[in-house]
Amino acid sequence: MAQGMASKGFGMPGEVPGWVNYALLPLLNLLVALILSGLVILVIGENPVDVLSLMLVEAVGYPEAIGYTLYYATSYIFTGLAVAIAFHCGLFNIGGEGQAYLGGLGAGLVGLAMTGWPWPVVAVAAILVSALFGAAWAWIPGWLQAKRGSHIVITTIMFNFIAASIMTYLLVDVLIKPGQQSPETREFDPGTWLPSMERALGWVGVTIPASPLNLSFLWALACCALFQLFLWRTRWGYEIRTVGQNERAAVYAGISPSRNIILAMLISGALAGFVGVNEILGVQHRILLNFTGGVGFVGIAVALMGRNHPVGIILAALLFGMLAQGGGQVSFEYPNVNRELVMVIQGLVILFAGALENLFKPQVESLFRRRGSRGEGRS
Amino acid sequence: MDDILILALLLIDATIRVATPLVLAAFAGLYCERAGVVDIGLEGKMLAGAFFAAAVAYSTGSPWLGLLAAIAASVTLALVHGFACITHHGNQVVSGMAINILVAGLAPTLAYAWFKQGGQTPLLPGEARLPQIRLPGVEALSPIPVIGPIYRELIDDTNVLIWLTLLVVIVTHWVLTRSRFGLRLRAVGESPAAVDTAGLSVTKLRYQAVILTGVLTGMAGAYLSTAHGAGFVRDMTAGKGYLALAALIFGKWRPWPTLFACLLFAFTDAVQVRLQGVPLPIVGVIPVQFIQMLPYVLTVLLLAGFVGKAIAPKASGIPYVKER
Repeated sequence: MAQGMASKGFGMPGEVPGWVNYALLPLLNLLVALILSGLVILVIGENPVDVLSLMLVEAVGYPEAIGYTLYYATSYIFTGLAVAIAFHCGLFNIGGEGQAYLGGLGAGLVGLAMTGWPWPVVAVAAILVSALFGAAWAWIPGWLQAKRGSHIVITTIMFNFIAASIMTYLLVDVLIKPGQQSPETREFDPGTWLPSMERALGWVGVTIPASPLNLSFLWALACCALFQLFLWRTRWGYEIRTVGQNERAAVYAGISPSRNIILAMLISGALAGFVGVNEILGVQHRILLNFTGGVGFVGIAVALMGRNHPVGIILAALLFGMLAQGGGQVSFEYPNVNRELVMVIQGLVILFAGALENLFKPQVESLFRRRGSRGEGRS
Repeated sequence: MDDILILALLLIDATIRVATPLVLAAFAGLYCERAGVVDIGLEGKMLAGAFFAAAVAYSTGSPWLGLLAAIAASVTLALVHGFACITHHGNQVVSGMAINILVAGLAPTLAYAWFKQGGQTPLLPGEARLPQIRLPGVEALSPIPVIGPIYRELIDDTNVLIWLTLLVVIVTHWVLTRSRFGLRLRAVGESPAAVDTAGLSVTKLRYQAVILTGVLTGMAGAYLSTAHGAGFVRDMTAGKGYLALAALIFGKWRPWPTLFACLLFAFTDAVQVRLQGVPLPIVGVIPVQFIQMLPYVLTVLLLAGFVGKAIAPKASGIPYVKER
């Protein structure tokens, strides 16, 4: 960030340690967001400390809750990575929602078509097809940005709405189970379901309580590792980062920005598409309306808070998973609280961790600079 | 013949009623985007306006206090957006989205806690809604062919906010093309450095633009809950803020084309309601969803340069850092 660096005191300003930027500032922003959330809870007539601590207990207090939290986190890791890879290429993919929706269509079609196949084959096919569908949906905005210069933020917003319309049409008129009112497909054959973590751990003799957490969580972790390898250890990753840092420099280095913009969007769409594997093949076992429920937007917050790094993304996804699970449970306990309170906290976290990320930066950094210049007095 | 005229008039009437909040929101976006501040938070501000208009109108019985509350709420959110984007050079898209998510949660949360009706406000009685304006001479003009029905169906009994919207469109056109403020506003969206060099405050101009955005989105929200509807319901805006954004781009960030785009999008909506399940010659029944996505598809095509070319204000989305 090109911040004005006013030097304080005599001599050179002191160094600002890395952890200030990676840990202290996000935590400070998070704290402000939580304090404001507490105010909202106060306004609606509940005790903020009670509500927030119950939220924590309901999110991580017992094994079943942890399963739910991790299940939410799985989808957030996928969309967080999706947003992050686009960010590394200097793109803002706000269309994770639509790409995840289409990815779910892909995973669902596999589930519908592959009755009788063993689940590992179905899972691999679903991963491939959901990636293909998500990538295809991201390819168009990517191509339009690369070749026609249409702003990707706007096109991806529009594509979210187009995806929603197409999915409504498909579910209401085409894929709906005959003789049924609600727009859903039939349930997949149980043999094709992606095993839940409870079942999978049962094979090795570990018992955990039932929750929607399924094997796609492992795939999410694998994606994090692959993400890191791809971005920092391969030529393609290097090229994507170069384009993101400086498009003109990339051109001089013989790197094609348009090729990399399209590539980054394809990967981004594929990652978002994996939400479909978790939601459709792992939990719902049928395609239904609006199963994404905002994961694409939470992914932006996750990527921002996680500083576009896989480890950060996992941590941020866990945080938002806790919010989703804990917030949902709290509404059963308190008469004045309903599920939407989660969105209030999410919105505040995005506002302070994302848009207002520089709020405390000048003060905190100058604090460290002053200490540095006083302590060592480097020439 | 008369039937067709009446049908056409009803269609136009529906179009105008659907278009009004779109026009207000799109013109709200027009002010801040021409000043270089991207705002995808129109949706959230509108929703906040809709909630506070209904809540205050219900509690006080006065739709005008409701309108004021709506404007106050939207302006507050607009100032938050300004604080993040103008003062702290934050990411404008992230800030707008945060506001959308925040309000999507906050409005039903407050409604749930205050009114205990599952996240909506109670139904507003007639006098707590913004009034329709009755015009004189409807009976006298009625017998005249064409003019009579037009006067009766379209012009008489129109909501006061629709008239205000018309005024907003005309004034906006004048402000942006003729007034000193408007020219400066446009300059700050194209080349803030030049405006700064001329001794004007970029920050102040952008804050003024953002406040205007708040005022107009508040009006749009109040229209939804206290003029078009009779109370706030959950997710009342239903993507209208984004549709307004699409209209703004489709109108190439200019007042009259933006108005036209809003009317076009509203017309597709009005037609879609009438076309549901009606077979057309040659193509047969068109699924509703395809008509619903038309505005978004058109906007993408326009952005891609396949139908005309939309060029955004040069400095839009870029925070202005003075020291650079």
